[in-house]
Amino acid sequence: MHTIYADNAATTKISQRALEAMLPCFTDVYGNPSSLHTPGQKAAEALWQAREDVAACIGAEAREITFTSGGSEADNQAIISAARQGEKKGKKHIVSTAFEHHAVLHTLNRLKKEGFEITLLDVHENGLITPGQVADAIRPDTCLVSVMFANNEIGTVQPVKEIGAVCREAKVPFHCDAVQAVGHLPIDVKELNVDFLCASAHKFHGPKGVGFLYAKKGTILTNLIEGGAQERGKRAGTENLPAIAGMAAALKDAVAHMDENAEKISAVRDRLIEGISAVPHCVLNGDREQRLPGNVNFCFEGIEGESLLLLLDDKGVYASSGSACTSGSLDPSHVLLAIGRPHEIAHGSLRLSLSEENTLADADYIIEAVEETVSLLRGMSPVWRDLTEGKKPFVTEE
Amino acid sequence: MALYSEKVMDHFRNPRNVGVMENPDAVGEVGNAKCGDIMKIYLKIDDNVITDVKFETFGCGSAIASASMATEMIKGKPLDEALSLTNKAVVEALDGLPAHKLHCSVLAEEVIKKALQDYYERNGIEYDRSLFPDCESCEHCGL
Repeated sequence: MHTIYADNAATTKISQRALEAMLPCFTDVYGNPSSLHTPGQKAAEALWQAREDVAACIGAEAREITFTSGGSEADNQAIISAARQGEKKGKKHIVSTAFEHHAVLHTLNRLKKEGFEITLLDVHENGLITPGQVADAIRPDTCLVSVMFANNEIGTVQPVKEIGAVCREAKVPFHCDAVQAVGHLPIDVKELNVDFLCASAHKFHGPKGVGFLYAKKGTILTNLIEGGAQERGKRAGTENLPAIAGMAAALKDAVAHMDENAEKISAVRDRLIEGISAVPHCVLNGDREQRLPGNVNFCFEGIEGESLLLLLDDKGVYASSGSACTSGSLDPSHVLLAIGRPHEIAHGSLRLSLSEENTLADADYIIEAVEETVSLLRGMSPVWRDLTEGKKPFVTEE
Repeated sequence: MALYSEKVMDHFRNPRNVGVMENPDAVGEVGNAKCGDIMKIYLKIDDNVITDVKFETFGCGSAIASASMATEMIKGKPLDEALSLTNKAVVEALDGLPAHKLHCSVLAEEVIKKALQDYYERNGIEYDRSLFPDCESCEHCGL
């Protein structure tokens, strides 16, 4: 069967370069970087090189990079660190957005229970927030602004540089969850005016279980894990050198080929958006222009996303959905609800997220598979019958 | 996908008795689009026996499979037998459902009861109201 992996926002296949960088760390460079002997120092050198490489890819200095177990840990540490510094000065207000990743939202919820006040900005229907919204929400007691670089579900790219400028002007630390952007969009931390920036290796063809936190020089980090003096004492535990080396190689590779990859991927994305838009009564989620090169996200009226995914899987198309049934809860995606999609159509969402391995022929195959599947499911849907018989109004245009 | 049993996937991929019915003797509908599952069932009833059944479902794979299996289990059966069909029996016939999908089988049981209630109401037949689901008092959807 012809198979197409189109769930790269969930995770990616590891690149050959990343794999090749990892393998020697299991066999030759197996020492503990904290050990004084030769194998240990060899490992310490490899670790230092990885840190230099990662830093160079985002315009940072090596000592500003802390390796973590992934994007979630990095987000947690950034937010908790800013909160702890804030409360020392009596500042217990945080500004963020309603459609952040749960790694951010759930950390903010925990702080809320501790007495912090959280302002979650409304997201415009196009999936964007404005620097003006951030400026208006900042108060004298604001200790952090946290806005994601690109949304993981609908792919919208926020005006990070402008938000960074607002934060700098107001002298409020700025955290950016850039898990979906690093390796896919150009990032220079100095230009963006970010104090914290988080990334996860497996979103750019690196291994799973590793990521990094950029924290600007002078920023005080709070430990989430206590123990040894690794990562300048800010993240205990023997470093996962194979994963860290794999991440550095994957990121270098992604940055070196960023332009050509983006061009290729966005051509496939545009073909998909154009083709799927022809399905009656569907709607593209997220701004058409300000979006990741590899993100396609639609809602289809009258059907439910999980059954759509299962039938696409039968046709060899591997995608994801924001329907409640795929999340294990009864609520559909908080992102789709945040951009104002009613529950009824938020359940019928489909996300296709691409990599440079996807082709235009893949796009044509997916379009046909989506058309067939949506029409099959609508044929057995009482909701679709009510809509077509005029018993309920359509939410989307034909 | 290993999420579902072969039986569930078979009923999902090849749903039995799917569609709409002209001039049904009874119709039932449960669930709502807000929580992501709606089931509708149409019955032909002759001499207290279900002679034909059709269903439509808006929902996930297990909702479609549960409805399909339930229609197979009541087709050709007397009304009192259909009335006693439990969600547990539907789950067993499907070789199990994941815990967070059990509510789909509850909808299948309820939609049959709803249709039978409709039949009794249409024909002025006395029945025990306590045996039937009451959507307003159910808190499943959290609405």
